[in-house]
Amino acid sequence: MTEFTPKPARPAPLSEVGLLGWMRKNLFSNISNSIVTLLGLYIVWQVLSWAISWGLLNADFVGNHRSDCDSGGACWVFISVRWNLFMYGFYPQDSYWRPNLAFILLIGFLIWLSVPRIPFKKVGAILSLTVFPVAAYILLYGGMGLDVVPTHRWGGLMLTLVLALVGIVAAIPIGILLALGRRSTNMPAVRLVCVIFIEFWRGVPLITILFMASVMLPLFFAGGTDADKLMRAMIGIIMFQSAYMAEVVRGGLQALGKGQYEGADALGLSYWQKTNLIILPQALKIMIPGIVNTLISLYKDTSLILIIGLLDVLGMVRQALADPAWLGYPAEGYIFAAFMFWIFCFSMSRYSAYLERRLNTGHKR
Amino acid sequence: MKKIATLIGAAAVLTASAGVSANTLETVKNRGAVQCGVSDGLAGFSATDSAGRWQGLDADFCRTVAAAVLGDAEKVNFVSLTATERFTALQSGEIDVLPRNTTWTLTRDASLGLNFTGVNYYDGQGFLVSKDLGVSSAKELDGASVCISSGTTTELNLADYFRMNGMSYEPVLYDTSDQTISGFEAGRCDILTSDQSQLYSLRIGMSDPDSAEVLPEVISKEPLGPVVRQGDDQWFNIVKWALFAQVNAEELGVTSANVDEMKGSNDPNVQRLLGTSGNMGELLGLDNEWAYNIVKQVGNYGEVFERTVGTGSPLQIARGLNALWTDGGLQYAPPIR
Repeated sequence: MTEFTPKPARPAPLSEVGLLGWMRKNLFSNISNSIVTLLGLYIVWQVLSWAISWGLLNADFVGNHRSDCDSGGACWVFISVRWNLFMYGFYPQDSYWRPNLAFILLIGFLIWLSVPRIPFKKVGAILSLTVFPVAAYILLYGGMGLDVVPTHRWGGLMLTLVLALVGIVAAIPIGILLALGRRSTNMPAVRLVCVIFIEFWRGVPLITILFMASVMLPLFFAGGTDADKLMRAMIGIIMFQSAYMAEVVRGGLQALGKGQYEGADALGLSYWQKTNLIILPQALKIMIPGIVNTLISLYKDTSLILIIGLLDVLGMVRQALADPAWLGYPAEGYIFAAFMFWIFCFSMSRYSAYLERRLNTGHKR
Repeated sequence: MKKIATLIGAAAVLTASAGVSANTLETVKNRGAVQCGVSDGLAGFSATDSAGRWQGLDADFCRTVAAAVLGDAEKVNFVSLTATERFTALQSGEIDVLPRNTTWTLTRDASLGLNFTGVNYYDGQGFLVSKDLGVSSAKELDGASVCISSGTTTELNLADYFRMNGMSYEPVLYDTSDQTISGFEAGRCDILTSDQSQLYSLRIGMSDPDSAEVLPEVISKEPLGPVVRQGDDQWFNIVKWALFAQVNAEELGVTSANVDEMKGSNDPNVQRLLGTSGNMGELLGLDNEWAYNIVKQVGNYGEVFERTVGTGSPLQIARGLNALWTDGGLQYAPPIR
């Protein structure tokens, strides 16, 4: 009597598991799939091999004159000789430490506020909304013993970041207030004002707003009372974006169940207690994708200021293309500008994805 | 629509002329710098070099005005302006002078509350052809396909020119000048048309600039000149004569290199120009050394031209219409006396 010993299970055939199996199942399951796969691979290969040989292998990275670009590929020298201009615009060279320091401060506060393990979040939040703006203003613009650098000398990435940051920081609270105002039931006057504000600013293109701010406003208060062009553009952007933000927030407020509002009322909470403790924490969580969407589009919209002669990253690149000593490198310039925008927008979107995972309380459907 | 535009324009002019202080010279002296509106990027006219310094014919004109008024060519605040906002920037007092490759036309001169102070570059529409075509004159272009940026006056001038000469052509339209030149390079058309000053800079951007050439014909008039606000005649005179001083200096052979020597010249014309005799500067409300400062710090017209767009620059534009009248060109300045 031999005892039954089951044979050890054999591993699945090689053609069914691992990379090979996955490829067989997904990429080469029948003839038409195989053809499409091969065609796709061919196209990817063509594009990639060209991009790599043009942008990296055959490219020139070092030098300081266009004659250094003789290998036939991309001429990144064009970017490197103008790096400072693309970063700081016409900011005086010996004062580059000022925007640098402001940027380091900004990064410091961002880390403080966004990494969960660092304590004293409230202190950080208060400091970053009170001390940081003042410090950044003094560093960038001047005052308190620092030389004044008028805003028409600002430019490049620095200007993009200033505009985007001011826009973001101002548009979120204004947007929340507008959304709350629009939903208010017992203050019809406030609601009317909010509706008019939102519908007006949302109804006109940003280009028109910037153009009005830059071209028409100075004519109305001509002479002497010359409000700064950058400030005018900034206010225009804030108005425009807060109207968009308001509608995103309103969507989030409407997504909350009626029970949340009624429950808070039943506990005897005042309007602001209800809003701050019950409604907004839940609503803002739902709204993260919408808010980040708006912020990313705000970041990219800042490049529109080039139509009013302010030179952000893209403006500086376009301007550099006209330098007679460096004519003929538009591809390098525009790729660089696109990359600059992509880095920041992509980090924003990654952070928002992280935030969503962290705040996930299992209510997601 | 046109009526509304005119109304807005008129209202703008009224408000502007009411608000902006009439004495620009005073304002500039108090500020210690000339606010100068330039193009936000046009090769050879105003563009920044890799050190961030504004270079070009128009940018140097800003320096010319600063040298004449403040005695220091570097006391300029450059304001980069798009084509659409340039006139309002001037009307509202944001800038004092506008050398921004602006074509002098009757409509602009008469209805915008502006004054053109002269012509610092005679431009005109021309043709860029590939050398393989073997064409030496625009008259031989019958049946050619032409690359154009759409929606510009270039398009209309082209149609006029071909119709006038009884020739036919096939337009190939593009949106931007970058696209137009790459279409031309790729052989999508036989010729490319644009303002001549642009043709030269587009040509340098080609991978093989020597394969194309600019034809001598000019089919439209585009006199480009510095502009000032109307209603301040003193400032108008200063800007006007700053340009004339440069042209006169070239005619008299005064350059930035020999200007100190020339101060001892016996030629009364040179003496009046450089302020060693007479009181020409004072008549303008300036220092008597005004023209000396211009020539010493910026150079005469010919020097500036060669340095920014001519043989000393990558653009290699020939003097052509911009030569002195004595050399068969159009640059002619009234005498300083």
